[in-house]
Formats: sequence, C-alpha cells, structure tokens
Amino acid sequence: MMLDFDVIWASLPLFFSGLKVTLELLLIALGVGLLLAVPLALMRVSKNPLINFPAWLYTYVIRGTPMLVQLFLIYYGLGQFEAVRESWAWPWLSQASFCAWLAFAINTSAYTAEILAGSLKATPGGEIEAAKAIGMPRLMMYRRIVLPSALRRALPQYSNEVIMMLHTTSLASLVTLVDITGAARTVNSQYYMPFEAFITAAVFYLCLTFCLVRLFKHLEGRYLAYLAPRKA
Amino acid sequence: MLHGYGASLLDGAWLTLQLALSSIALAVVLGLIGAAFRLSPVKWIAFLGEVYATVVRGIPDLVLILLLFYGGQQVVNQVAPLVGYDDYIDLNPFISGVGTLGFIFGAYLSETFRGAFMAIPKGQAEAGVAYGLSSMQVFFRILVPQMIRFAIPGFTNNWLVLTKATALVSVVGLQDVMFKAKQAADALREPFTFYLAVAAAYLVLTSVSLLALRYLEKRYSAGVKAAEL
Repeated sequence: MMLDFDVIWASLPLFFSGLKVTLELLLIALGVGLLLAVPLALMRVSKNPLINFPAWLYTYVIRGTPMLVQLFLIYYGLGQFEAVRESWAWPWLSQASFCAWLAFAINTSAYTAEILAGSLKATPGGEIEAAKAIGMPRLMMYRRIVLPSALRRALPQYSNEVIMMLHTTSLASLVTLVDITGAARTVNSQYYMPFEAFITAAVFYLCLTFCLVRLFKHLEGRYLAYLAPRKA
Repeated sequence: MLHGYGASLLDGAWLTLQLALSSIALAVVLGLIGAAFRLSPVKWIAFLGEVYATVVRGIPDLVLILLLFYGGQQVVNQVAPLVGYDDYIDLNPFISGVGTLGFIFGAYLSETFRGAFMAIPKGQAEAGVAYGLSSMQVFFRILVPQMIRFAIPGFTNNWLVLTKATALVSVVGLQDVMFKAKQAADALREPFTFYLAVAAAYLVLTSVSLLALRYLEKRYSAGVKAAEL
C-alpha cells in the first residue's frame, strides 16, 4: 500500500492551522492549569481536613472521570440551565474553544496538583528546618524555599503530564474545533483516505511529543543539575 | 430522574466494562511480549519493541482509534473482494475497539513490565538457569510471578487510564455508556443530567478498581517486610 502524497501535500496548510489551534489549546490549558494547581497542591498537603478534603475531592473526581465526559458536561451540558444561558458568562460558554480551554485547564489542574503535592511532601526536612532556623516567616519560606524546590523536583513527572495533555487536546476535534486531529478528520471525510489523513496527524503529534521530551530534558539539565548523579 | 433511560444507560455501562476488561487482557499479552522484546539481548528485536513503545506512546489515543477503525475498514473492504466476498463490510466497533485499546495500552504496559522485570534481582534468573530450566521456564515460572508485585502500581495507573479511554470508542459508533447518554441527552435535551450520570458511573468503576488493586498489591507483597518509620 502506498500513501497518496499529493493529498497530504494539498492538505498541509490545513494541518498547520490545526497545529496552531493545538498549541494554543495546550499552552492556555497548561498555564491556567498550573496557576490553579499550586494553591490546590498546598491545600492537599495541609493537615487541616477542612482544607485538605475539598482539594482531595476535586482531584479525585476529576481524575476518576474521562476527559471526554468533562468536556461534554461543559460544552453540551451547561446550556441545559436557564440561569447559565442568561448569565454574563454565556457568550463565552457557548463557544467551543472557550469550553475546551476551560475543560482542559480544569483537568490538568487536578493531575498537576497531585504531582505537586507529592513533590511538596517529599521536600527534604533539612530545607524547611534551615529556613525556620534563620527565622523566615511562613510565607517567605514557601515563596523562596519550599515552592521553588518542589516545582523543580516535580519536573520529570510534570513532563509526562504535559505530553498527556498534548494528546488530550485531540478531543477538541469532537466539539467542532479544527486542531490537528480535526484537520485529519476533515481530510478523511473529504477524500475517504483514512491512512493519509490520520498518519499525517500522527506524525505531527510524534514530532510535538519528541520536541516536548527534548525541551524537558533540557529544563531538567538546567533546574535539576544539582540532583544528577555525580560524573566519575 | 433519568426518565426511563436508566436501563439503557446500564446496558451501555455493561458494554463499557466488557470493553475495558477485554482490552486490558489483550494489553497485558501485548505488554508482556513488548517487554520481552525490549529486554531481548538480540539488537533488532529489542529495537522493534522500542519502536512499538515509543511510537504508540507518542500519538493520542483518539488519533489511533480513528486511524485503526477507518483504516481497518478500508483495508478489510479492499481485501475482501480478492477472496471472493463482495458485500460491503462494516467493522464491528467492539472488536476494533478492543484491538485498538489493547494495542495502545500494550505499549504503555510494556514500559511498566520492563521496569518490573528489571527490578527483579539478577540472581533469581541465574538460579533458574543453574537448575537447568529452559529460558521459557525461567520467564514464566521465576520472573513473571515476581514481576507482578513490582508491576501493580504501574498497572493500576494504566488500567485507570484505559477505563477512561473507553469513552472514546463511542466516537466510532460503539453503543457504550457514552453513546447511550448522548442518545438520551439528545432526545430529552438534558445533556447535563445524562453526562453527569456517565461521570458517576465512571467514578464508581475507578473507585472499585482502586480498592481491588490496592488489595491485590497487599496480597502480592505478603512476603515482603516493609520497614516501619
């Protein structure tokens, strides 16, 4: 079997505009998700059950249900309620792209919060004791010692989450957005050429995945150098 | 509350469960083969295993599902006339769903199993060889039973991701819980209600799985003493 490269060549512009949509979705979801994840992770390591429990419930429910269901709940589901349709948020919530950003950001915030919480719990006791010993106030200790240290050590696991998120953005094509997968679905329905369409999409995703892996390897070399095994 | 669609949703949920269990069974087989390939001392076999794991893990599930379903459909219909079958063949979404999810998660599990095999002390396999066991016997009688304990945490993760990925097979027309919810939601214009019910069903499934696998982990760690702090 040979691939029809003329079709692939002709549809490349569509794939590149899809690439732009995919990257936008990914960056917005990751940015907002990380902002939400930091306070959630701090809640998750709290010893006070009133603070810990809501964050635990949030991450448990989000991580226990499929992304597709969450996306459909937001995009199709919210319109069921009169109050939502008449609220100020409706112009946004009726847009597929906003719903996709929102759903992906919520989803990644839960996973990222758990990663960060694990990393926070693994903070070496000496770092905290040292901060206390020189009389740092609590907030300053979190800002200067605990969070920077935990965020760095979370990098390897966070890189997995980022790649999972890249793959998750493909679901946006199911709510009418034309991302890379959406482009492939369009091409497939135009030409009835599933291999050309979806293999091209797969190659795009593979390249993106490899770029992300390289990027995180580089970041780890930069921010985790002090933890690397000593070279002989 | 579900306006008589409860039974239909339950039917769908049962199909989802069957899909998830069949897929994980296939994934375990492919994962073991993949791990055995990647640990092989023969270079090109190890390379094949590496390619399988890397390529599949670099592509979104949805793209692979669409590729294998629509692509498979085309291949079947091009091959069928050659063997004297002229009707148009529709691929069964359940079987292609199991095939696709098994193929995808086999790659993820090969990574889990590879790590678990490498965690077994070398002396175990060497002792097997010293007793005159064949390499197959060493693999199935010595390595696999010990590997399970190391593999359970990774397996748990992959199983949870797989259960959630089953929702995607509704896209190619499998009448699973997601598909039934969409039907009900369209008929009654109450999408939130029905998708929330689906979310609850998945939450029950993942919660039960977590408890069951935690119990299994305890059982398989029975012979290992954990140090108390």
